[in-house]
Amino acid sequence: MAETVFGPVTDWATDFDHGSPAYAADMHKIWDDLKTSGCPIAHTDRYGGVWLPLTHEMVHEIAYDTDHFSSEGPVVGQLKPSEVPDRIGAPIGPVPPISSDPPFHAEARRLLLPAFSPKKIDPWREEVIEICNKLIDDMGDADHIDAALQYSQHIPVMVIARMLGLPVEDGDRFRGWVNLVLSGIGEERTEERMAKFEEFNQYLAYHVNDHMENPREDLISFLLNAEIMGQKLSLEHTVGTVILLLIAGIDTTWSGIGSSLWHLASNSVDRRRLVENPDMIPAAIEEFLRAYAPVTMARVVKEDMEFHGVQMKQEDWVLLPFPAANRDDKQFANAHEVVIDREENRHAAFGLGIHRCLGSNLARLEMNVAIEVFLKRFPDFSVDPNEMVTWSTGQVRGPRSLPFVVNARA
Amino acid sequence: MRVRVDPSKCQGHNRCYALAPELFDVDDLGNAFELNDGVVPVGLEDKARLALANCPEFAISIEE
Repeated sequence: MAETVFGPVTDWATDFDHGSPAYAADMHKIWDDLKTSGCPIAHTDRYGGVWLPLTHEMVHEIAYDTDHFSSEGPVVGQLKPSEVPDRIGAPIGPVPPISSDPPFHAEARRLLLPAFSPKKIDPWREEVIEICNKLIDDMGDADHIDAALQYSQHIPVMVIARMLGLPVEDGDRFRGWVNLVLSGIGEERTEERMAKFEEFNQYLAYHVNDHMENPREDLISFLLNAEIMGQKLSLEHTVGTVILLLIAGIDTTWSGIGSSLWHLASNSVDRRRLVENPDMIPAAIEEFLRAYAPVTMARVVKEDMEFHGVQMKQEDWVLLPFPAANRDDKQFANAHEVVIDREENRHAAFGLGIHRCLGSNLARLEMNVAIEVFLKRFPDFSVDPNEMVTWSTGQVRGPRSLPFVVNARA
Repeated sequence: MRVRVDPSKCQGHNRCYALAPELFDVDDLGNAFELNDGVVPVGLEDKARLALANCPEFAISIEE
């Protein structure tokens, strides 16, 4: 995979690049080396200046401190929020509510919470089971499969497209746009790249307009009717939220399902335990979420400040590496071991504080069902020793190809 | 034994409701509250402790 525009990293404490393939390949070791060498918060001048705090305590503190850290830029980019053309600034931000700050944030979030509450999400279970079984049926009787390309990537796309009211058959296009937004952070801002962003915006504008003319029972129609403080949402807000739900719901859950399958393909003892005791799956999923948390979020420093001995400047980026917080041995016993029946597990895979992942109930449902169905249909599978597992780069981490050999099917 | 959810800390992770639906419920927004004024029926003490040990926001407390 290509290096970012910034070139290879020389020193992880002072010049890290979280968008680089080297980081994606080796992040756990990088964090440990940094912490062992007495550097619990790393810095880079890349992307205009980014901080990387590594302890659970620091990540928790920043996630809670909305006075000093803004959510306007939840994904680190080459442009600072103030440099983005047609900026929609704090407290709303470009993709509310993930990009919003108090007090606006609570209003924008409250609007969406009911649609993603456990009691609204649980009834989707049967549909997710059906989707998962259909994907496995489509593999036929092949012994060699790619569980990322043929399975995990499709599940969240199909579910969120149905919830939003977008054509399910556009799944490939959604995934292309997700990659554009999340994996390409270190790529050059070419005209081709910009044209793809434009195409994404036009696609959404078309479907939002179509919903205006033909309202139906889905989330886009719901957003078009919704009000905040007695006012209809602006078109930018509606489109921004649709972008958020599409982007945030796809890559992340795809990664969570993929990492879980990768673990089970690589650890036959754990796999057998879950095949024999499917009631252990929910606890195992929580442990996979802890150990392989897909999502790192970002904040923007509001004003020059000191934080644990470092001088942060206004508009510096600050990463919230929930995956690193989840591997902090001050917070978790045997933090680097995957213990599928771990009893105490306050993992932060879905974030901490007011920005707790809105879709966490849906993500958990999809992950649980995806693993249940896969283990039921393929009780024995392993990583194909002749092929390469590849991982995404950027703030969402998960396997993008999972070449498996199916050793038994049921 | 009694359990309490601190509503100012709960962010709706839904861990307690998933692990101990006999002791917790969630409202329309997905935020948790304790059932039966928090009284833990005999035999469910371990479930109460499990819920406490899995709340990412440290929003649950137990009075023994």
